[in-house]
Amino acid sequence: MADGTMVMGSGAATSPAPRRVGSLKKLGRRRATTALLLCAPLILLVISLKIYPTFYAVFLSLLDRKMNEFVGLDNYIFLLSRPSFQLVIFQSCLFALTAVMLKALIGFILAHLMHNIRGRNQRIWRGLLLVPWVIPLSLSTLTWWWLFDPSYSALNWTLEWLGFDPIPFLGTTWNARIAVIAVNTWFGAPFFMIMYLAALKSVPEQLYEAAAIDGASAWQKLIYITLPMMRNIILITVLYSLIVTFADFDIVRILTNGGPQDSTHLFATYAFTVGIQSGNIPRGASVSLFMLPVLATLAFFVLRDVLKRSKEIST
Amino acid sequence: MTSTATMAGAPPRKKVGSLERQNRWALRGSYAALSVFVVIFLVPPFYMIMTSLKSSAEISAQQGNPWIARDPTLENFAYLVSNDQFQRYFFNSVWVTALVVILSMTIAILAAFSLSRMGFKGSQVISTGVFLTYLVPPSLLFIPLFQIVGSLGLINNTWVLVLLFPTLAVPFCTWIMIGYFSSIPRELDEAALIDGASYPQILLKIFIPVALPGIIAATIFAFTVGWGAFLYPLAYLYSADQAVLTVGIVRELIRGDVFAWGTIMAACVMGAAPPIIIYTFLMDYYVAGLTAGATKG
Repeated sequence: MADGTMVMGSGAATSPAPRRVGSLKKLGRRRATTALLLCAPLILLVISLKIYPTFYAVFLSLLDRKMNEFVGLDNYIFLLSRPSFQLVIFQSCLFALTAVMLKALIGFILAHLMHNIRGRNQRIWRGLLLVPWVIPLSLSTLTWWWLFDPSYSALNWTLEWLGFDPIPFLGTTWNARIAVIAVNTWFGAPFFMIMYLAALKSVPEQLYEAAAIDGASAWQKLIYITLPMMRNIILITVLYSLIVTFADFDIVRILTNGGPQDSTHLFATYAFTVGIQSGNIPRGASVSLFMLPVLATLAFFVLRDVLKRSKEIST
Repeated sequence: MTSTATMAGAPPRKKVGSLERQNRWALRGSYAALSVFVVIFLVPPFYMIMTSLKSSAEISAQQGNPWIARDPTLENFAYLVSNDQFQRYFFNSVWVTALVVILSMTIAILAAFSLSRMGFKGSQVISTGVFLTYLVPPSLLFIPLFQIVGSLGLINNTWVLVLLFPTLAVPFCTWIMIGYFSSIPRELDEAALIDGASYPQILLKIFIPVALPGIIAATIFAFTVGWGAFLYPLAYLYSADQAVLTVGIVRELIRGDVFAWGTIMAACVMGAAPPIIIYTFLMDYYVAGLTAGATKG
């Protein structure tokens, strides 16, 4: 501390005022250069492996199968005319909307239950409930597959033990659809729980006390205090999860690989089948680009919310 | 006025008692409901562990209660530990994840420091852009990246993951770090600047120690990505010696129509163990990091 001020003091004494301003400017310029240099790896990474591939995908999707002729929007038109692709659109929307709704609902219930428990116990319960979210998704989906296994399903064994008929979990269209949604819900609900729990903790206790004094019922507290106070986090978590779920790949790929009869394919898994497995890169690129408008719309709303919030914080 | 009147009118002791009783019942109800959820949530991991303890003979017999291993054995684990292929997957996952974490954190910390403190023209735009790229999912990019990676000659080379995984981890890590760095009072680094500290010194001696919880949270995130990501390795690595755990288990251990489920589940247990161990100890940091950005304001 003493050395620092000494150095600064002597510097100010020896150098005349105008030169000092100049060196400050130089310092500022140097500072800006350093700042840019520090950001350079990030910018390079994002431009070369995120932004460039996005545009490259658009370019690829306009080519023919052998990638030497420009065919305009043919790939898109072809896909839209295919019943199997129409099914992909339907299934992707059904999967994302249903799974996110279920995750949000279960996460909300769990957060409320957790909020009733205080202290050390809460940490333990939270830890147990977060297990699905911690295991790498591909590995837990493999376990689900084994649970659903047609020849020796542990779930069916339990059903029969309880006196019910066995269910071909992955065998029929709707069963398989429900199964992939269930696995996604199982995996994602804990994330909603911790987000909502954090939101619940940030609601001032006095509001509930005031409501209690005014004789509000539990339901009224929920509707008039909890939900409005949590509104922002509910919104941003749902939007974010919609993006991730809409673009999901692992679960469907491992559990059903699109079957039965291509009825559970999502955009991502269908793009993989078409683009990588069948080697039709342009058509695969067009399949995944169908996600772009939906994702961009969702991202716009997420971003608007985030920017609004960061402005609120800075002011 | 009326509420105070009723408050005064009611006998206070009885009211407190009923409130307490009500709370106790709410607590019991919560525990009961949570137990149901915990049981449902833990079915797959439980079954994973149980199956991993069964012998192949027991599994192929397909008889009796599947939920319990009748003669628990560690033969599946013993087989995997001495299996060259599994060793290779595990080793590949370890070094890829380690490199991805180091690379991602270096890039994220440097950029976050610059973006949160050295405010230059366009830093706001860059932060926003970084957040936006975080919302671009890998399933949108894997096909053009297949071409790009192919032209770099990195198809079926584990190094491709070291190149691509940071794109999944860096945006979010940077975002977390910007949040943590911005919360450090400006007076702290101004004081250091006046004392003649250079920017590297400020970063190493002030920012990194003070924002350590954030760094832990971001590191865990990068680890989770490096260890668990599935799409890129599945798309770009096709031979067994280049594969990582996730893809190796899903693709290579399932051969033909004889499913060696005991071995597969044992491999899953071993693949899931590192993240579970890490989360057991550092969960609080991670949850704090994850929710900090969302709940502020």
